[in-house]
Amino acid sequence: MIEQQQSLWSFITEQADKLLAQTLQHLGLTFISLLLAIAIGLPLGILIARRGKLAGSVLGVAGVLQTIPSIALLGFMIPLLGIGAKPAIVALLIYALLPIIRNTYTGIVGIDRHIIEAANALGMSKTQILFRVELPLAMSVILAGIRTATVINVGVATLASFIAAGGLGEFIFGGISLNNSNMILAGAIPAALLAVILDFLLSRVQKLDFRKLRKVLYLIPLLILLLGGFYLLPATYGSKLKAGFTPEFMGRQDGDLGLKSVYGLEIPTTVISDAVMYKAAYEGELDVISGYSTDGRLKAFGLTILKDDKGIFPPYYAAPIVRQASLDKFSGLEDVLNLLAGKINDSLMTDLNYRTDYLKQTPERVAKDFLIREGLYKSPRNGHAGIVRIGSKIFGEQYILAEMYRMLIKGNTEYDVSTKTGLGGTKICFDALMNDQIDFYPEYTGTGLLVLLQPDPRVAKEIAHDRNRTYSYVKTTFQKKYQIRWLKPIGFNNTYALMMRKKQSEALNVSTITALKKYIDRN
Amino acid sequence: MITLADISKNFGSTRAVNEISFTVREGETLILLGTSGCGKTTTLKMINRLIEPDSGTISINGQAISREKPEFLRRRIGYVMQNIGLFPHYTVAENIAVVPKLLKWNKEKTRERILELIEKLRLPNDCMNLFPHQLSGGQQQRVGLARALVADPAILLMDEPFGALDNVTRSGIQSEFKALEELKRKTIVMVTHDVQEAFELADRICLMDCGKIVQIGAPKDLLYKPASEFARKFLDSQRLALEFKVVTIKDIWEFLPVNILRGKVNALSATTDVWSAMEILSSTLNDKVQLFSDPETQQTKVINFQELSGAFHSYKQTRSHD
Ligand SMILES: Nc1ncnc2c1ncn2[C@@H]1O[C@H](COP(=O)(O)OP(=O)(O)OP(=O)(O)O)[C@@H](O)[C@H]1O
Ligand SMILES: [Mg+2]
Repeated sequence: MIEQQQSLWSFITEQADKLLAQTLQHLGLTFISLLLAIAIGLPLGILIARRGKLAGSVLGVAGVLQTIPSIALLGFMIPLLGIGAKPAIVALLIYALLPIIRNTYTGIVGIDRHIIEAANALGMSKTQILFRVELPLAMSVILAGIRTATVINVGVATLASFIAAGGLGEFIFGGISLNNSNMILAGAIPAALLAVILDFLLSRVQKLDFRKLRKVLYLIPLLILLLGGFYLLPATYGSKLKAGFTPEFMGRQDGDLGLKSVYGLEIPTTVISDAVMYKAAYEGELDVISGYSTDGRLKAFGLTILKDDKGIFPPYYAAPIVRQASLDKFSGLEDVLNLLAGKINDSLMTDLNYRTDYLKQTPERVAKDFLIREGLYKSPRNGHAGIVRIGSKIFGEQYILAEMYRMLIKGNTEYDVSTKTGLGGTKICFDALMNDQIDFYPEYTGTGLLVLLQPDPRVAKEIAHDRNRTYSYVKTTFQKKYQIRWLKPIGFNNTYALMMRKKQSEALNVSTITALKKYIDRN
Repeated sequence: MITLADISKNFGSTRAVNEISFTVREGETLILLGTSGCGKTTTLKMINRLIEPDSGTISINGQAISREKPEFLRRRIGYVMQNIGLFPHYTVAENIAVVPKLLKWNKEKTRERILELIEKLRLPNDCMNLFPHQLSGGQQQRVGLARALVADPAILLMDEPFGALDNVTRSGIQSEFKALEELKRKTIVMVTHDVQEAFELADRICLMDCGKIVQIGAPKDLLYKPASEFARKFLDSQRLALEFKVVTIKDIWEFLPVNILRGKVNALSATTDVWSAMEILSSTLNDKVQLFSDPETQQTKVINFQELSGAFHSYKQTRSHD
């Protein structure tokens, strides 16, 4: 624990610049959107308090907007506003709207009607009543709404990093995909602190009596503007090309770090989620992205892979990994699973992924079509000699492979099959295998080496560039350490890759990473 | 002078006010009296346009009020609400200063006027910077009155101003209210459903039922010349007490015996009502004897409690034979 804390501290001091920048971006995002939400929500709340008939529908719409899952909302924004700050601010604004409108409305409507009547009877005009009576009396309720909105925004702003808008989410989500808890904490702790501190400060403001509040209220917009001003968009690009990398890629030696140290590639980079990155590249928001070499979207969006001519991306050849105990129990299983060995190359896998990810065909259909084409398909025998349990991670390629294995087992053996698909990430899948909850799942050599075995970095560096050495290393080590067998590789290499739009790559004559570096240096 | 002509007001299918007309004279106190829901508040609120009538016209000194901007009209009409309606976020001083601020008085003038009212209405001197919730109900009511009076409006509308107070506080404030010099010049329309209060404070009473006027006239007329069965019944339960209050020494002068003056005693005016005279007689140690003089005839009579009550009964007897 102490060691953990120390290394967290050293991580933070090392990354202090980045952390500060992210925190300021985070505050900026939160407060710009909050300011806009107040500018829209407050008048809207006043309006519906005046015209009760509108209240139901306005609050209803704001309520529905609030229930859209944040990731989905960010997703919706991309076709409308692209990536970066704009869609993030709009999404945050939408989340902040409901508490502000609702509290303004209830705050005003909740005022004792005799007080409003008195104001009328004394000869105040509508505007005077609003500013001298209604708003001051509703203020603590309105502030409570703003407080809620602020806390929501600090939380949701972590997701802004998915669409290249920065903020503390860069560390949090980078850390999650890298399984680096220091990185997660370096993002999560400041984010939580921001929420707690802002909540506390606003609760103090809320408790001030009206007199002092009047003064503070003039300060708040200024303060919000100032904090919003921290969010200076990274507009100072030197080169014409823009890169977008996933948080995971940013932190990996076989990712951005390697690109910098081995290739010396310096390119303006934004952090963005895998889910929107390909589309952003397709639409020209980004020029260079990090992706997976067999991703179906490669094909869908007309992208091409830049050759890794200095070999920084380790091989990720897929192969089923099976419990030795299961192989002993289900005789003939190994042969059946090896039926796929060497059958699917990169472009074939990309095509299969394209069918599920983009054409929305079911993994089952894609698997069956493929097996029939290859002459491997046999009708199920519907045997009951035992149940083989197949696992898969939670993405399309793994679903397809799991389906193929299911059909092969049912067609070639007397065994029955149960599938446990969508088992989160590597760790969950592997734990299920170790705990005898599944018998096998498809794994990748690079993952087996770098994520599951995590050998001494020097060892890893030496063998990680060679596909055969990597395979034999994981095979022998898994057998020894876990009694788990790596069967023969299926053929494709689902590795990291840098990609560009095919047209741009041809126009610039950039087909390798070295060529990309040279192009950038020239311009 | 306030004139209401054929005023009606419906709320949906409820006919709250039904074709009523009356005039309030300059400097007069008119009290709208009636059972709950008979349209008193609605009538009152139409005078400062908090409610707009469906038909009919209301005019003040001959000018139709519908011609004036409601805000400006209201700034020159004082309004005291049943629920007081003080602004909880304003101090006492700020509450009283609302209308002066709307009228853009300078600070000095406002301050002087507030101090004057605080003294006249017997509010504690240090209450200026307190908030309404720090005051007692009676004090709040006085602040409400001060707020209505601050710009010295010629007209004052009051909706059950003492309704929320306990009996002791209420009769205290009532008698102060009656004695307040500032109010004597004002045209006042006041709502109450308390008969005693109406008789205590009214120059004339407007008795209402189901949105209509049953009778309008001086308290004595209501008592002895009820216009309908409803009017008679309405007062029946408190008739005796009301009579004591309405009948003055002068009214029963002829039934009082003439006695010989012995020693020196205090003289009371013949306009004193029987109720007050009895209170004084029953509390005095002065041999239960007091002297009354009639300013017109310069007559004086010395009487005791028995003689007073005897004269009152004789008076009643002759009234009922009228
Ligand atoms: N804003 C309103 N909407 C609908 N009905 C109303 C409204 N104001 C008053 N009324 C109805 O009009 C009638 C007269 O109401 P009003 O308030 O004038 O009575 P009131 O004589 O002042 O009674 P109270 O002594 O109880 O205050 C009642 O039947 C009441 O229910
Ligand atoms: Mg009323």
